[in-house]
Amino acid sequence: MKKLLPYLFLSVVVLLVLASLRAPGNAGPHDIVAFGRLPTLVNGRIKPLDTVARTSLLTMQGRQRVTSPDGRRVAPAEWLLDVLYRPEIAHRYQTFEIVHPDILAMLNLTPEAGAGKKRFSFLQLMNGLTELDRQAKLADNVESAVRTPFQSAVVQLRHNVVLYQRLQSSLVASGSGDFLEQLAQFEAALPDQLAARKAQRAGQPYDAALARAIADLGTSAATMEAFGYLLPIPPETDKADPLRWRSAGASLRESLDTGRLNPALSAFARIGLAWRSDQPALFNTEVEVYRAQLDREVPGLTARCDIEARFNSAQPFMTSLMIYVVAFLCAVVSWLKWPDVLGRSAFWLVAVAWILATLGIGVRMWLEGRPPVTNLYSSALFVGWAAVALCLVIETMYKNAIGSAAGGMIGFATLIIAHHLSLGGDTLEMMRAVLDSNFWLATHVITVTIGYSATYLAGFLALIYVGRGLFTRSLDPQTAEGLVRMVYGIVCFATLFSFVGTVLGGIWADQSWGRFWGWDPKENGALIIVLWNALILHARWGGLVKARGLMVLAIFGNIVTSWSWFGVNMLGVGLHSYGFMDAGFWWLMLFAVSQLGVMMLAGLPLDRWRSFQSRSK
Amino acid sequence: MASFWRELRDVLVSLKLTVALIALSIVLVLAATLDQVNIGIWAVQEKYFHTFAVFWNVGELSLAIFPGGYTLGGLLLINLVAAHVSRFRFTWRKAGMHFVHGGLILLLLGELFTGLWQDEYQMRLDEGETKNYSESFRGVELAITDVTSPDFDDVVAIPEPVLAGRETVQHPKLPFRVAVKDFQPNSSLRMRPAAGATGEGGVTMGAGTQLEATALPLTYKQDERNVPTAFVELLGADGSIGTWMVSVLLIQPQRFEFGGRSWKIALRFARHYKPFSLTLLKFSHDRYAGTEIPKNFSSRIRLNTPDGRDDREVLIYMNNPLRYAGLTFYQSGFDNNDTTSILQVVRNPSWLLPYIACSLMTFGLLLQFGLHLGGFIRKRRQASSPIAA
Repeated sequence: MKKLLPYLFLSVVVLLVLASLRAPGNAGPHDIVAFGRLPTLVNGRIKPLDTVARTSLLTMQGRQRVTSPDGRRVAPAEWLLDVLYRPEIAHRYQTFEIVHPDILAMLNLTPEAGAGKKRFSFLQLMNGLTELDRQAKLADNVESAVRTPFQSAVVQLRHNVVLYQRLQSSLVASGSGDFLEQLAQFEAALPDQLAARKAQRAGQPYDAALARAIADLGTSAATMEAFGYLLPIPPETDKADPLRWRSAGASLRESLDTGRLNPALSAFARIGLAWRSDQPALFNTEVEVYRAQLDREVPGLTARCDIEARFNSAQPFMTSLMIYVVAFLCAVVSWLKWPDVLGRSAFWLVAVAWILATLGIGVRMWLEGRPPVTNLYSSALFVGWAAVALCLVIETMYKNAIGSAAGGMIGFATLIIAHHLSLGGDTLEMMRAVLDSNFWLATHVITVTIGYSATYLAGFLALIYVGRGLFTRSLDPQTAEGLVRMVYGIVCFATLFSFVGTVLGGIWADQSWGRFWGWDPKENGALIIVLWNALILHARWGGLVKARGLMVLAIFGNIVTSWSWFGVNMLGVGLHSYGFMDAGFWWLMLFAVSQLGVMMLAGLPLDRWRSFQSRSK
Repeated sequence: MASFWRELRDVLVSLKLTVALIALSIVLVLAATLDQVNIGIWAVQEKYFHTFAVFWNVGELSLAIFPGGYTLGGLLLINLVAAHVSRFRFTWRKAGMHFVHGGLILLLLGELFTGLWQDEYQMRLDEGETKNYSESFRGVELAITDVTSPDFDDVVAIPEPVLAGRETVQHPKLPFRVAVKDFQPNSSLRMRPAAGATGEGGVTMGAGTQLEATALPLTYKQDERNVPTAFVELLGADGSIGTWMVSVLLIQPQRFEFGGRSWKIALRFARHYKPFSLTLLKFSHDRYAGTEIPKNFSSRIRLNTPDGRDDREVLIYMNNPLRYAGLTFYQSGFDNNDTTSILQVVRNPSWLLPYIACSLMTFGLLLQFGLHLGGFIRKRRQASSPIAA
């Protein structure tokens, strides 16, 4: 029975994971899921509307979960439908996160008025918008690095409001109630309207209502073209070329000349009408028809969007994060009780979480057509992925739950970091010109990132050594020696990868800027990691440090790596600004201080270490 | 005495020295990174790396407070070479280490040579424009041109050190002496409120009579350039011809007549002429659909040598420079609403050294750790097999 327990455990977790991957369903009669899969162009990439909904929600309120004004929990795509087509209802969703007390005061709000005491609706903000804009304009003049927390929060909130309003101008011009009907009858009504306009211009008698209708459409088109966030209208031919996708406004403007409405625009108008009039069957048909039409013309497009939407709803990294936590706890408890059952369970859990993360990274790579690391967010995913891979190797070799514990801890930490980095918007970004090189992304960036992973892993293994040695009796000589070997081996591995990665970076720099080495902050950061690892190895070879010293140096490696990974990015910020309060900066400081603390604890005399006391008794 | 030498040798070959030097290097690199915020990347290289000691100014005093890049790099080299000379014994176990350290020696030397020999210029080309010279980023020169002949110009360029030294020079090609009365390495220009007969600094001729210059401290910021301005008096046999204000901001040369000939005078970024010319045919700036995010910058260039040996089109774009005649041309910027391309021109004779050094080191590391890992796995197999059996 005891032998079977880990497998039982494993199968439960696998079932839960599989359940999280299954296709999302609709709560009501409307096929919201199908709507969320329709493509649009935003920020240079064709993506499903579902992605737009989720990243907008993340930016505005720090989470994807959203509750409708009548208290139902709704899918992000349903929120987007309301934002696009039913502003009067969208205005009542509480999706603007405001925590700064001065901003609340400025807007005459109290925390109690908000959902979860911090989320407010557009209606609640409406009266304060003029003041918000004035404050944001004042803050605009201040360099972003030296803004006070109030100013940063004001600018962020204004950005969110603008994003919301731009989303709202994407398909329906604000202020004209029957706009969608006009669009739906566009082709039937246009000849008469054009004739009226022509007559008006020629100074002949004309139908004033018809002429005004076409003038209104022209105004709406101009507004939507100027403010619309989405570029959802594909060209009639050659839809795969993103450069030719248009905003609804631009497309309508063209139609006013040609007299022909782009089929996509008319489809979006009919979908909107069906949504507004709450006709689920009609809504579903319209979505289905538009989708089928896209499918016929560009075979891969909708399939790609389907997979991305599915990936969004599965949230594999979130699931993976939770499994890592459980795995870490199992591994730690296994050193005290039931080593076999819990140790094996921990290993399997880490393996499942890692496979899930691998799948997630794989899907992202496929969607983007790029190597895994393209920005800070994906570097966090990959640092965790590579470190956990090393942990799995270690665990298969040593089978003492140390690899699993380190894997669970690093996997969890990196995914949490990734989650916070994802709040800035869509994480599948386009690469700026100089970075647009899959070859260098695949070689330099990957090796350097593996170097980070390995240096962290050495540091985390050292943390385990100190923690177990100081506070428990579980660090027996055999385990201790095994840990020393692991740390030493991983430091060698880290030296190799961080060195090769740094060198490849130098070669890339030589290829693109004409100098191998320029002492630029990021280069220096990488160099410091290499130097630190070299220092550890030389100190070890020279007999300057023994087991404990090796561990202390490896822990300091955590600080060195964090500095290179995040610290240098904050450099422009952190130093010549005195009121700087960026949250990330304080977390970095806190982490560094905690590591220094552990290093000092490790300096306690050996007879204070519980593991070594018990041995001498 | 013998014991002193032995002790010195022991110190020089010791791993303790290695560890200490690495630790000091880390501190140096970190300090240099942090200081970039204050003084910019160029000044940092001079202050921390291309120097024997880092100085700290206390009032008037300049104190050496930390070993500089040359000192640490040099000591590391000595330590490395000494250790290998005194302990060198070839074993397979250490073969990788020899490659790593050999490569490291090359790498340190390469960085030294690069610091000594590398030159950087830039070349601005408008679409359709042809140039056979590049310009310095920082250094300026005073150009006095005899433009009397319609067929050719005769240029005398006076380099920046002469200007900075406020010297008076007589050049055989010039029928007058050039007296530099003032030189401001950085300045700002503005219109004089009321134009008088003579300008500031006794300027009597040219556009400078209507301008005034204010000296500014040197800037090291990435996005700012220093604007040098000079006040120059030309002295003929019969006395002063006039005093001009020249500045890199005054792009149009100022003309004057003397001795029956026509002249132009201008301060410009120092030029380096090439035995070939480049013509910008087309500059392209591609963006991602619906965004302002740049996707690519590229310059289509015609490369031409006067002897007609080379006359071809090349495309320079991100990560794809043109290497020609010992120079490398990189796409570095653009201007004038995407009709001007800015190329960076680099001459670095030792550019190949880091490639060789790094290949050696990578190979060495792979060999060393590969052997380690192999040995480790073999040991574990032996250790675990009796239990399995």
